[in-house]
Amino acid sequence: MHELVTIELSVNGVARSLLIEPRETLAEVLRDRLGLTGTKVSCDAQVCGACTVLVDGLAMSACTYLAVDADGRAVRTVEGLATDGVLAPVQQAFVDKAAFQCGFCTSGMLMAATALLEDNPTPTREEVVRGLEGNICRCTGYVPIVEAVLAASRAGDAAGAARIEQGSENSGGAR
Amino acid sequence: MKRVTTRPTPPAPIGEAVPRRDALAKVTGAAQFTVDLGMPGLAHAKVVRSPYPHARILSIDTAAARAHPGVIAVVTAADLPDVELLYGHSIADHPLIATGKVRFIGEPVVGVVAEDPVTAEEAARLVSVEYEALAYATDAEAALAEGAAILHEKPGEQRPHRGFEEDIRRTHPNVCSQSRQHWGDVESALAGAALVVEGEYRYPRCYAYAMEPYNAVASWDRGELTVWTSGQHPYMVREDLARCFHLPLASVRVIVPYVGGGYGSKSYTKVEPLTAALALRAGRPVRLALSIEESILTTRGDGATIRLRTGFDSDGRILAREATILLDSGAYAENSPLVGRKAANRLGGPYRIPALDVTCSTVYTNTVPGSSFRGFGAPQVTLAGETQLDEAAERLGIDPVELRRRNVLRPGESAWPGVRGIDADLVADLDLAADELGWAAPLPPGHGRAICLSASDAGSEPVTTSVVRVHADGSITVTCGSTEIGQGSSTVLAQIAAGEMGVPLDHVHLLQSDTSAVSFDRSTGASRTTTLMGLAIQSAARDARSQLVAWARESLATGDDEVVEMPGGVRVGDKVHGWGAVVKAWFGGAMGEAIGRGYLRRAGATEVMPPFWEVGCVGVEASVDEATGEIAVHRLVTVGDVGCAVNPQLVEAQDVGAAIMGLGMALREELVYEDGTLMNGNLFDYRVPRAPDVPEFRSVIAERGDGVGVYGAKGGGEGSLNPVAAAISNALRRGAGIELREVPFTPERVWKAIQERDRARSAAHGGHAVQGEAGT
Ligand code: FES
Ligand code: FES
Repeated sequence: MHELVTIELSVNGVARSLLIEPRETLAEVLRDRLGLTGTKVSCDAQVCGACTVLVDGLAMSACTYLAVDADGRAVRTVEGLATDGVLAPVQQAFVDKAAFQCGFCTSGMLMAATALLEDNPTPTREEVVRGLEGNICRCTGYVPIVEAVLAASRAGDAAGAARIEQGSENSGGAR
Repeated sequence: MKRVTTRPTPPAPIGEAVPRRDALAKVTGAAQFTVDLGMPGLAHAKVVRSPYPHARILSIDTAAARAHPGVIAVVTAADLPDVELLYGHSIADHPLIATGKVRFIGEPVVGVVAEDPVTAEEAARLVSVEYEALAYATDAEAALAEGAAILHEKPGEQRPHRGFEEDIRRTHPNVCSQSRQHWGDVESALAGAALVVEGEYRYPRCYAYAMEPYNAVASWDRGELTVWTSGQHPYMVREDLARCFHLPLASVRVIVPYVGGGYGSKSYTKVEPLTAALALRAGRPVRLALSIEESILTTRGDGATIRLRTGFDSDGRILAREATILLDSGAYAENSPLVGRKAANRLGGPYRIPALDVTCSTVYTNTVPGSSFRGFGAPQVTLAGETQLDEAAERLGIDPVELRRRNVLRPGESAWPGVRGIDADLVADLDLAADELGWAAPLPPGHGRAICLSASDAGSEPVTTSVVRVHADGSITVTCGSTEIGQGSSTVLAQIAAGEMGVPLDHVHLLQSDTSAVSFDRSTGASRTTTLMGLAIQSAARDARSQLVAWARESLATGDDEVVEMPGGVRVGDKVHGWGAVVKAWFGGAMGEAIGRGYLRRAGATEVMPPFWEVGCVGVEASVDEATGEIAVHRLVTVGDVGCAVNPQLVEAQDVGAAIMGLGMALREELVYEDGTLMNGNLFDYRVPRAPDVPEFRSVIAERGDGVGVYGAKGGGEGSLNPVAAAISNALRRGAGIELREVPFTPERVWKAIQERDRARSAAHGGHAVQGEAGT
């Protein structure tokens, strides 16, 4: 049998104490031990972003992040975005813009977008596009995803709207 | 999005951009994919794969693996005497686990089942297999060369017709199938042509990269099999499983939860038979979940080499086309024979061609099996056909859009005898694309524009059923065998049911893709679901309504009360009753249910094949960095000619998704083999488009009610991929004066084309290279 270690972390605001094998990734712990299967694993090699979660507010690839390194930290996953059954603005924007198809990239996209918007609540289109560069979506062609993140930033911060409009005119990126 | 509509208004919510019904599940992480399923006693499998492109298996030693703690079963072909090992959609040539020899690197040789995935992987490393390496061929030309290694000494048995209708023809032991499309007298037409354009074009082997890797869970209970799988075609998988395990169809249950991407790559049968065989020997439910690297070794798109000649008269009218196509179809037939048939059918495009002769051979090679992938033969041949149209336009001095206008089939006109007339207005589509692209506007130096078309005989076959169940409270269950693979079928089909029953959308519950709970559908592919399942649901809804109207007459009307059908129910005399009230009245209490049946087959409106044409119309503006060979696409325009957009937001989503996938294939994607080995079988090296790669995108949706589906609908989702590579190549011909005939247009290939252009120009101009001129 393999040696086990204890980690203490907060997952979506709930304190957890877990006995795990040191080799387990954060993605495995979330999915297999905590049943939080919203976090998806695709490439399993930090290339696609499907497994993106927030660790102390920073976007991380859970597929290559060892769970022992999350000891003492706060982890947020897609399951923690909505509060009391109300979708977060970025989730609502994904619904409104149909910013997903199969949905396999969606959790990771939402977490990457959350990190982006928490860091910069009024991003330009260019900043959104760059901010999502680490997340692959094979279905949507990214156009509605970028729209949704911009819409979420507007919903969250009306004052930023003017700046965003300007940004979209200057960037010449996706419509 | 721009929407151009000339069709009558369908009943709401058909035609409305209602929110996706899977939205809440997918944005909260609640949506369950096959990889997310758990169950008591679930064991985990790993596969030992061939390290050789072609080898005889001399011996397999599994003793150490079997002895490893936590291992439940170690399975080779020898352990499965009770199982029919060969499966395949058109030809049963694919062993679910290698028997006697291996034919590609990555072929499954041994399956190991253990208590957990890590133990299974440890044990897999303890298996030792002794091979005798054989000569191999990793491309179609090599497989057809003198003395080439033969992959299949004995040809596989042709399966009964499930979509591939012709007899398998073979002209060489490594030819898997051969299809010909032929009419008119090509030789004399070409002899009389004012211009004959000739060329060889290449399209790569591509990986679809559905983000959820291939995976399945299999469970046996008293001789009956249940499989959960990330697959598009549950009923096709059921049939293959029943055949492999000698079971009645009714004893096999295939359930498809949410699917993390398909794009054709999850068509037909993949890991399900092996998973079921491992579960059988393990005596436990088993999950086989492949990694992305293993998924790359499971299925890919067929690579193509196309030799094409097209003859024109001096006005640019096409006189004849002649082509030979070689498809690199990999080690097993999978669905390549049908891809080959479609490539032959689609080479002509949506044009009036008096004489045509196309022969397409699918060729066995020692590579990952080729099979369905979005576009299905069309992207391959569209590159060749559309590039030649622009070459002819240039040489004849005709505007390329005008040249296409002269040649496109007019609505109702058949491409070849006996086939459905084209159900699209391509002249109008060309105009829409030209407007959106700004065809006549001035261009910056070095930029070029192009518009390309494609036409696919789509929809596969109409073998589709549905059941509409009207409950006592007026809510409705619709069952169908079409799969939600992200395209939005769960939303669109519910919209159709709600519109047909005249009830609010939230009254409709859709149950999909569980072969023991929903009725038969052939497949979810070929852009067929909205059209064909839509028709089946419409007919089931009409069947339910006609029963309900009769029930109202019987149970609610008295004397000479008039019974009039209205949206959502009936008016009897001057009282209105919803469908639920009619159900209750007929059963005489508070319970009951009406059952409507919908059947769709080759009869009536769907008798003539194909059920519909899926046309593609894509415009691009592009330029090239002359120093690096890097291509920049500045604008991408798609015209989605879908007859009736049941949900326009989802139509646009299909178009942009398809076009960006096409862009990735045009510019970068290619599975590269060297010395028998796949060199880029991972996502680091096989690069797919990312957000910054997306150009300005404009979508137009044209709705002229000209499809066979409900309210004139017809399919979309592949059309906007097919012409992308050709459009980029043509835009650069006009903008930079370069010839691109091999996809992907990597910087290296583009740079070479620039050198070639400069050499040709300096030869023509006495030594001075000139920059590309902007065309308009
Ligand atoms: S699964 Fe972690 S980055 Fe792809
Ligand atoms: S929605 Fe399918 S990969 Fe993004």
